[in-house]
Amino acid sequence: MTTTRRDFLTAAVTAAGATVTSDLAHAQEHDHDHDHDHQVVPSDPALRVKALESLLVEKGLVDRAALDALIDTYEHKVGPRNGARVVARAWVDPAYKQRLLTSSDAAIAELGYGGMQGEHMVVVENTLKVHNLVVCTLCSCYPWPVLGLPPVWYKSAPYRSRSVIDPRGVLREFGLELADDVEVRVWDSTAELRYLVLPERPAGTEKMNEPELAALVTRDSMVGVAKVAAQREGVRA
Amino acid sequence: MNGVHDMGGMHGMGPIQVEEDEPVFHHPWEGRVFALRRAMGAWRKWNIDVSRNEVELVPPADYLRMSYYARQFAAFLPMLVKSGLVTQAEIESGIPAKGQAKATPPLTVEKALTLVAKGVPTNRDVAVAPRFQLGQRVRARNIHPVGHIRLPRYARGKLGTIHRDHGVFVFPDTNAHFLGEKPQHVYSVRFTARELWGNQAAPQDSVYLDLWDDYLETV
Repeated sequence: MTTTRRDFLTAAVTAAGATVTSDLAHAQEHDHDHDHDHQVVPSDPALRVKALESLLVEKGLVDRAALDALIDTYEHKVGPRNGARVVARAWVDPAYKQRLLTSSDAAIAELGYGGMQGEHMVVVENTLKVHNLVVCTLCSCYPWPVLGLPPVWYKSAPYRSRSVIDPRGVLREFGLELADDVEVRVWDSTAELRYLVLPERPAGTEKMNEPELAALVTRDSMVGVAKVAAQREGVRA
Repeated sequence: MNGVHDMGGMHGMGPIQVEEDEPVFHHPWEGRVFALRRAMGAWRKWNIDVSRNEVELVPPADYLRMSYYARQFAAFLPMLVKSGLVTQAEIESGIPAKGQAKATPPLTVEKALTLVAKGVPTNRDVAVAPRFQLGQRVRARNIHPVGHIRLPRYARGKLGTIHRDHGVFVFPDTNAHFLGEKPQHVYSVRFTARELWGNQAAPQDSVYLDLWDDYLETV
């Protein structure tokens, strides 16, 4: 019989020989076409996760209010607006920019940001001649305190596999064509350092103040797959 | 391990699919998986390297087919059982074993917010001498352990230059298997794109990896 994902999870959580499986032990996504013989009824991951949460709450292992607080934090409080404020500050304050590039953790903390998955930050600067691109080929490491949780494409196999071998092709896919004389630096987040790209300040923004500049800075520009435009799409004057 | 998670340089994975105005979580259960992993981590029965290693143990065909949070959930259940926090019977039945006192969750709302704000630093304030200096030429070792390793295959055996010394950090290869933290220097190492990929790469391009002392050798 074709090995199913249920078989894997069952094997992972039950002793050899055990045959009983519960909803929890089926805890898998079944989103592919079922073109082979298999006995698993397509199941809803929502139910399985709910079953696990109930078990852990009943055992007194987790506090639901803490779960809610974590989700609320990353859905509503921590996100790329944080990083945008860091970038805008660096654009208007050369001394801050210097601190940001040399003592990134402390400089980011000056604006009140830091913590989980941003304990050890590195900021790399884009210039006319250098373009930086951040990836994590081994998993999905990403600087949460300044960018929030990563988008699906950042965690996907196409981005993780190709960014290191064909960064210019990847950038082209994002609509960014770099000149041949630009140097591309790819940062593969293989350890616990987390990378933030300081994009170039676009021309034509000389009269903008810091909040106006922050409003221009996109998540993608801080990962290095885009440049910052002088006007955000859809908000053209 | 030489797993499918180590995908830097692979071909055939298809186009990058960008979703406009993507939500943080696509389904409520994804957020619950995210939060449950952090809340259970507060029992300190494992560490970040153990949890990464567990994801890498998801069989390759499943790994590629699953969404990120499906993988995270698949790797979560074995960690719960191996750590002893939950028994296999409880996973199977979904019901707590009888006769056990209810525990007190270590992660309260207050502690969750502290965790978010402070994180879990992995640097260590111990005196360990660096084996390499800035500007030094090094070779990434050609090693293929079946256990956890954070040296991608595409860089093994390749020549690079020490760009920066990040200081002393926990070593994942031992920490992932509960064999101690073995703190050592981590360096940013610059590899030219041509060293990694040959003449198809642009001559001025490069890839920087953060590599532990034990991954490097002198040339």
